[in-house]
Amino acid sequence: MRWINRRPSRGATLVLHCLPFALLIVAYLIGSAIRLEANPNDKLLPSLATLADTVNRMAFQPDPRTGDYLLWSDTAASLWRLFAGLGISTALALVIGLLIGLLPVMRATLAPFIAFVSMVPPLALLPILFIVMGLGEASKIALIVIGVAPILIRDLSLSAQALPREQIVKAETLSASTWLIGLRVVLPQVLPRLLTSLRLQLGPAFLFLIAAEAISADSGLGYRIFLVRRYLSMDVIFPYVAWITLLAVIGDRLIDLARRRVFPWSELEGAR
Amino acid sequence: MTALTVERVWKEYGDQIVLENISLEVAPRAFVALVGPSGCGKTTFLRMLLGQEQPTRGRILLDGAPLPPEPGPDRGVVYQRYSVFPHLTVLGNVMFGPELRASRRLGRTFGATRRRIEEQARTMIGEVGLEGAETKYPAQLSGGMQQRLALAQALMMQPRVLLLDEPFGALDPGIRADIHVLMKRLWNEVPMTVVMVTHDLREAFSLATRIIAFERTRTRTEELERYGATITKDIVLWPPRVAGQRTMFEIDTLPGRDDPALFAAPSGTTR
Repeated sequence: MRWINRRPSRGATLVLHCLPFALLIVAYLIGSAIRLEANPNDKLLPSLATLADTVNRMAFQPDPRTGDYLLWSDTAASLWRLFAGLGISTALALVIGLLIGLLPVMRATLAPFIAFVSMVPPLALLPILFIVMGLGEASKIALIVIGVAPILIRDLSLSAQALPREQIVKAETLSASTWLIGLRVVLPQVLPRLLTSLRLQLGPAFLFLIAAEAISADSGLGYRIFLVRRYLSMDVIFPYVAWITLLAVIGDRLIDLARRRVFPWSELEGAR
Repeated sequence: MTALTVERVWKEYGDQIVLENISLEVAPRAFVALVGPSGCGKTTFLRMLLGQEQPTRGRILLDGAPLPPEPGPDRGVVYQRYSVFPHLTVLGNVMFGPELRASRRLGRTFGATRRRIEEQARTMIGEVGLEGAETKYPAQLSGGMQQRLALAQALMMQPRVLLLDEPFGALDPGIRADIHVLMKRLWNEVPMTVVMVTHDLREAFSLATRIIAFERTRTRTEELERYGATITKDIVLWPPRVAGQRTMFEIDTLPGRDDPALFAAPSGTTR
């Protein structure tokens, strides 16, 4: 039988899903064992026991200096910035993206400008943001918005324009005004697509968040990683990276779940 | 008294002349079929009736008044595809027009208004034979059912003119024959004028009261750009079909027997 026709059974699929993760862990354990054998004080690849110890210390014991549980307070600080940034970006995308997608006048006015702005490398703006908005939360949230919003806006306006013209004309024959077409025809049909592009922007959003926190913050996941980097504390960095990844994966899944729940029709074949 | 008047209409895209010198008067409650080869401007003409495109020269009157330059609720439309909204259920699609008309801010109605519209919509859904499918989304319906839904949605607005752009072209023959029966019944019962673009001559002759053929009269390569299509045939069916009345032949299909295979030959003639 040709390989192109071979399909793994359900059990085999599960095993295959887990295989790369298992391989990664095994590779780490072997590397760690080899290094620790050569030098018991090696910090680069700490053993599982050290990692568990550190996670316990960061997550379940209060920090002696501040009394906070560091992992959770860092997570709360970072997620708040992330939600604020993504929330503002989504709101901007809905308003501006729909205007561009719906109205030829707005498209002529704003589309080239947004296309231009979306090409500005957001990290290059970071110093400007820190200077203008100070070192507080505003500049970090602004960085996420600047990085994520233009892409969301462009994606939303493109998917609004991709709706068949027939649907718009049909709505007009059903007595819809421009406002009603936007509200009842275009908006509900671009929302599932907005959620999908929000999922895809989770990665970049975390990138901008950590970049901002690395430079100036007093809490946050990115702040902690860049703080302990000075002491080569890989036992903190590895769990933090894994935790950030897990948060991003959970966010991704939750958004997709929400899309399926709220817009059941978007799953149907031929719905677009 | 005419429902639609088309006066010396030309349509050009840049240098390309698509339609030239179309003049036409359509009686109220007529069922006009536009036929012609691909690319002869049938759909362009329909779009001009719809208000989606403007004639380059000439004018179109609806009940004696110039046609507004954009689509409106006085003209309904059913396309071959994309006629219904994928994010609304069958009931939502049929209620959509009246809801938009009743609520200009939200496009949604509540309470007594909603119940009244829903009742009308359910009656209409029954009329087109979609009972039981009220909560389904269009993507869960077959092609024929989607077109029935599109007809129901358009008819809820009680348009003066119903425009059909190859509405049944993608359906297989059995389904198409069923929906022809429905279309004929709707045309007989609902006070509207119908203009239908079709590729299918048999469909044209079995539904319409009048058949208009668009054709390019000059087809040499160097002439193609500068000469558009015009009306080459204008056939009024004999014996005449009149909406709401029976033809000279008592019935088109025997009651309970609408199998097209049995009655295909007679329904293809000029009956």
